[in-house]
Amino acid sequence: MSAVQVDSHVEVAAPPPPGFVRSLVGYGVIALVAVVLALTAPSGISKIQLTAGSEFFQIPQLDLPAALAVGVPAIGAAVIATVALVTQLRSRSSAPRWMAILAGTLLLLGFLAHLVAGKSGVLPLTGLLTSTLFLATPLIFGALGGVVCERVGIVNIAIEGQLLAGAFAGVVVASIAGQNPYVGLITAPIAGVGVGALLAWFSIRYRVDQVITGVVLNVLVLGLTTFFFKGLLSELEGLNDRSRLPVLPIPLLSEIPVIGPVLFRQTLLVYLLYVIVILLHIYLFRSRWGLRVRSVGEHPKAADTVGIDVNRTRWRNTLLGSGIAGLGGAFFTIGQGLAFGIDITAGSGFIALAALILGRWTPLGAVAAALFFGFANALSQSLRSYGVSLDSNIPLMIPYIVTLFAVAGFGGKVRPPAAEGTPYVK
Amino acid sequence: MTQDEGPEKRGAAGEPVEPHDGERRADRDPADPENLQSRDDDQPAPALTTSSRMQDALRSMMSSSVLITVGAVVLALAVGSVLILAGDTDVQATLGYFFQRPGDFFGEAWRAISESYIALFQGAIYDSEATTPERRIRPLTETLTIAAPLIFAGLGIGLTFRVGLFNIGGQSQLVLGAVLGAWVGFALNLPPFVHVALVVLAAALGGAIAGAIPGVLKARFGAHEVISTIMLNNTSRYFLLWLLGTGAFISATPQVSPGLAETARLPLLLGGSFRLHLGFVLALLTAVALWWLVERSVLGFQMRAVGANPEAAGTAGMSVRKILVVSMALSGALCGLAGAMQVAGTEGKLTSSVYGTIGFDAITVALLGRSRPFGTVLAGILFGALAAGGRIMASRAGTEAELVTVLQAVIVLLIAAPPLVRSVFRLPEPGTSRRRVKEATA
Repeated sequence: MSAVQVDSHVEVAAPPPPGFVRSLVGYGVIALVAVVLALTAPSGISKIQLTAGSEFFQIPQLDLPAALAVGVPAIGAAVIATVALVTQLRSRSSAPRWMAILAGTLLLLGFLAHLVAGKSGVLPLTGLLTSTLFLATPLIFGALGGVVCERVGIVNIAIEGQLLAGAFAGVVVASIAGQNPYVGLITAPIAGVGVGALLAWFSIRYRVDQVITGVVLNVLVLGLTTFFFKGLLSELEGLNDRSRLPVLPIPLLSEIPVIGPVLFRQTLLVYLLYVIVILLHIYLFRSRWGLRVRSVGEHPKAADTVGIDVNRTRWRNTLLGSGIAGLGGAFFTIGQGLAFGIDITAGSGFIALAALILGRWTPLGAVAAALFFGFANALSQSLRSYGVSLDSNIPLMIPYIVTLFAVAGFGGKVRPPAAEGTPYVK
Repeated sequence: MTQDEGPEKRGAAGEPVEPHDGERRADRDPADPENLQSRDDDQPAPALTTSSRMQDALRSMMSSSVLITVGAVVLALAVGSVLILAGDTDVQATLGYFFQRPGDFFGEAWRAISESYIALFQGAIYDSEATTPERRIRPLTETLTIAAPLIFAGLGIGLTFRVGLFNIGGQSQLVLGAVLGAWVGFALNLPPFVHVALVVLAAALGGAIAGAIPGVLKARFGAHEVISTIMLNNTSRYFLLWLLGTGAFISATPQVSPGLAETARLPLLLGGSFRLHLGFVLALLTAVALWWLVERSVLGFQMRAVGANPEAAGTAGMSVRKILVVSMALSGALCGLAGAMQVAGTEGKLTSSVYGTIGFDAITVALLGRSRPFGTVLAGILFGALAAGGRIMASRAGTEAELVTVLQAVIVLLIAAPPLVRSVFRLPEPGTSRRRVKEATA
């Protein structure tokens, strides 16, 4: 914070908004990276494929000289970042959010073109975006579940456990019901709610530390699901059969180039996800329910004073959030047509936790962060097919390192709900 | 309640301790000198302070009696029995005609439960079915072998609890410790005792580095250590996979490093037929040293002071930031030593799964041990016994070894919620009578 001069004659400069300096640094870094990217553009050709073959019309494969494919977006990113930097310095207030998003997107495009420049492989943009959403789906569910819990003041480290329980219950019940994946969509959230009920019971009723409860619940769910998987599921027939939610293309919408196959050629689970994202965004910030949730998470005593039952609100919304996370667990089994396996979620709950922090405890932010993580993952999986020789484990580390920087406060202040983790006692 | 406090604690807190609201204090033993610090729940915690809730939770755990621990174990075994029944197909077959012949069900149920738990005991302590004396005591040595890394990592996690921090990053610290230790072990050529000592030191250094990162991020930027250590855990997983396919760590077997030199291995304690190595003794010695450090040294006093009340510690002139970083580094070093147990003790090489579940098991070990060095040693041995017994239980009684994971989780959950255990066993609340006296006199 800059020292505010208290001088009666001089107009007092308004203190810059929080995270001002760090966002300046952020724009500077974007501009710098973009310039470096543009300058190091190799001489080959970047092959980019936009359409997948099922759209209204096909866009032919773009074979652009790398200098153009890298240079144009990179220079665009550099220009926007510089403009934002200058506006911010002049007005002493934050530059509009869209500038950051646009600059970041352009930088990413330049980066992709740079990756495939001069390589034999073609960059399938639609395919990359599709697998981004595919890989991000459970993360978004988990992060949204986490948002609801944490907004009401309950730390949800047990997202991993809720996903795992949902994955387990989803496929087992779908299997018992004669491989009917839609039944699994009902039981997965119930399993998540079960884990959430334990979380709420121990942290609200017995005021056990929420982080400890969450960590132990993850261990518990992993132990339980593995126990039953190795025992019952492998001994008895018909408990762990694969079934897959069918893809339901939405007429017309699914035939728009690029967007259509990515967004509207999906399963019911993903369409449910869209609904939940939109509802949560509107209701959390525009409804009475949302105001109550947020007030309980920020200042429970004040909420109590105006007649809100703090612990009941916490109970209900912890269950709600856990249910959302549990539904996301269904993705791992019936969502991608797999049978249950030991630790099938493989730490996704922790990435979801990272996404919700990176998204600053807002639904849309969490979605964006989860998509970013999904993108890093999708990229790492397909690097080899582009002809890029980079160890696939390196891009997988990126989400965690980015989150590490984010919680350290680079790129703006990250502030959790004030009463998070604190049990409420009247 | 002021007369309950030790003089040094009072000096550290530097302020009179106000009575807390009765309900929250109900499950704490007021005679316990640890129960000194109180903070108003409604005060939002300042950036550098660690949550009072955590300390409350930990303190309530520390002060709950041995009775609660025993009760928690009994309840966990009961939950385990239900799982054994649920996982046993023979028992389920008898349920089909339960109302015709209920005796069959109870007979089968008793058989399944007793078989499993007897096998668990045989695999953990003493194998009465084995033919040679050597084989009979092997389970106990296995228990101690598995316990060694658990004790080290548990000591590390427990140390951060005392400072009011929560280090979930045992896994990342263990990985970096194992990486450095393994590298010293296979890349360098040194005389016997020097070599293994260097391996252990390198592992401690690696862990300390991985522990210091979240410590610095917390002290300097206020980043919550729970989040940053979780992120480091996941980073370390992919870092290890990448490393095992890179440079000096490539060996003939994929995803496995070259084997450590014989001079770099921890010596076996009971000869070649047992896996028990010097690491267990080192773990015990470390526990003693850590006890001295935390309870008797100046640094330990400062750590406890920061854990009790960071603002007061800062006011008293201690550098809270420095203590935070030092504690995290020390905790990381201990977790790194757990990595040394793996690479220089049991495994002899670095593998992509070197960390197993030790990082998270250590949290439960530290909680069960109530963050005290000797409690942690006992808890580590108990969980080592469960792990060793679980393997035998799986092979002899056909009950999956993961039962012990569930037992572990249930035990810790219950220990964290003493009122729950008390209500199940109708135990009295400790300290209630004393508090009433105090309230009357106040």
